[in-house]
Amino acid sequence: MNYQTNWIAFKTIIIKEYIRITRIWIQTLIPPVITMALYFVIFGRLVGSRIGEMGGFDYIQFIVPGLVMMSVITNSYNNVVSSFYSAKFQRNIEEILTAPVHPAIIVLGFTMGGVLRGLSVGFLVTLTALFFTPLPVHNVFVLILVVFLTSFLFSLGGFYNALFARNFDEVTIIPTFVLTPLTYLGGVFYSIQMLPEFWQMVSKINPILYMVNAFRYGFLGVSDIDIVFALSLITIFSIAFFILNVRLMIRGYGIRN
Amino acid sequence: MIINKDNNSDKEINSRLPALEISNLTKTYNNGFQALKSIDLKVEQGDFFALLGPNGAGKSTTIGIISSLVNKTDGTVKIFGHDIDTNLEIAKSHLGIVPQEFNFGIFEKLTSILMNQAGYYGIPRKEARERANYYLNALGLYDKKDNQAGKLSGGMKRRLMIARALIHQPKLLILDEPTAGVDIEHRRSMWDFLVGINKAGTTIILTTHYLEEAETLCRNIAIIDKGNIVENTSIKKLLDRMDSETFILDLKDPITEIDSMDGMKFQLIDSKSIEVSIARSRTINELFSYLNSKNIIILSLRNKSNRLEELFLNLVEKTLK
Repeated sequence: MNYQTNWIAFKTIIIKEYIRITRIWIQTLIPPVITMALYFVIFGRLVGSRIGEMGGFDYIQFIVPGLVMMSVITNSYNNVVSSFYSAKFQRNIEEILTAPVHPAIIVLGFTMGGVLRGLSVGFLVTLTALFFTPLPVHNVFVLILVVFLTSFLFSLGGFYNALFARNFDEVTIIPTFVLTPLTYLGGVFYSIQMLPEFWQMVSKINPILYMVNAFRYGFLGVSDIDIVFALSLITIFSIAFFILNVRLMIRGYGIRN
Repeated sequence: MIINKDNNSDKEINSRLPALEISNLTKTYNNGFQALKSIDLKVEQGDFFALLGPNGAGKSTTIGIISSLVNKTDGTVKIFGHDIDTNLEIAKSHLGIVPQEFNFGIFEKLTSILMNQAGYYGIPRKEARERANYYLNALGLYDKKDNQAGKLSGGMKRRLMIARALIHQPKLLILDEPTAGVDIEHRRSMWDFLVGINKAGTTIILTTHYLEEAETLCRNIAIIDKGNIVENTSIKKLLDRMDSETFILDLKDPITEIDSMDGMKFQLIDSKSIEVSIARSRTINELFSYLNSKNIIILSLRNKSNRLEELFLNLVEKTLK
């Protein structure tokens, strides 16, 4: 493995992704900001003012970390699945596949492209939230680590989806039927302490619950679950997905005949 | 002018090694179709090599395997001695591919496409920009450098793919029907460009359906049909094998009939043009002498079809039988 070649190739993939994200900023950066602003207005201000406090904070402050995380998750995932699948569809993925780039670099490059968009959107949504409510920062280290690892994990998930996708329908199935319900049921709008014990246990099967709560801990210092356990879980899943994607790339699954 | 720097990890290539060496290459697709049936092929360094065959013969599958876009079933492929099974990254670094289908991002600018491709080969951004400008200029695309690739004409898209394949200055360039849909003027200038880079040392493998192109450009040839190499020789030797050649003659005055003779078979096309098939044992001088003796005046003479085309059809027809 030629390290210099792969390092330049890695930077090239990220530059290409950056150009793509900024070229179509109306599709990539603006819609989540508008959607989340509506959430802040409706659920935070209008409905939230009648709900009162949750976890010791105003309702809007309680839901902002979850909504930021929701936009990070969906945008990280969607960026990689659409970018990689489009490259497959237009066959310009062959530009990289015929070049001496290690499959791990291809996975890492596209994944970091997803992280770039996820974090950019997360930053913009957080800025938007500040127009509606002040946000305390309880632990900046946990905050950055959780948002980065979560974005990384869901970017890897998007890559996995794109490898398997044979048409554009298969690009949208998982975000629509899996990610969205898991996110809404992942404690974005409520504390699982409010649920009966049985549903609390069911909720704990949902991996997004751990990410939302760990991220909320970074901001507010409150969480329904153990932070170390949540961070360990995200890290283990990230490593597993990375290895899986690299192995599939080496085998040429979904990209080579 | 771009200085030809070697980006490859093995700085010196043994000049005796073939540019491409394929042994027992077999490909069976999941549906059971056997696209390649244990083919062997060797292309020497510096060659301009034609890989011909009818549609579905196995040309694109062969190129797909060489460029690692298609998994082979069996056999070995070596590029400048580097086996793609054990030394894939080095093998890839020597190879440039111009595919049959357009395969670039249609919304990307030409400069971005070339600079990104250079980046995948480890070429730093500054040098990548210089190279991109050079190849865009060389292929007559510089004025379009900031245009979206999808908005180019068909011929320009082909030239863009050639520029992209050359950006890392590969030692082996494979072109899969590079002039399909390109007008005559641009085809000729593309030929001149390819001859130039071949003279500068790049080994070229070309697939084409324009047999005139193969005859004009290439020194050696392999004909593949139904997954088998049915011929592999030099173009000169192949053409020497022709036992007859067919010409069309335009006459000054109309005639109603003409008798064939030994080694010259005539056929009246219309009153002022005839087709003649001349055996290798006879000469054009003898043909003219014969026509003179019949008081037939010739205005012009041309080949009925490209010579290689006649041979190609003969070889492919043989395998059909």
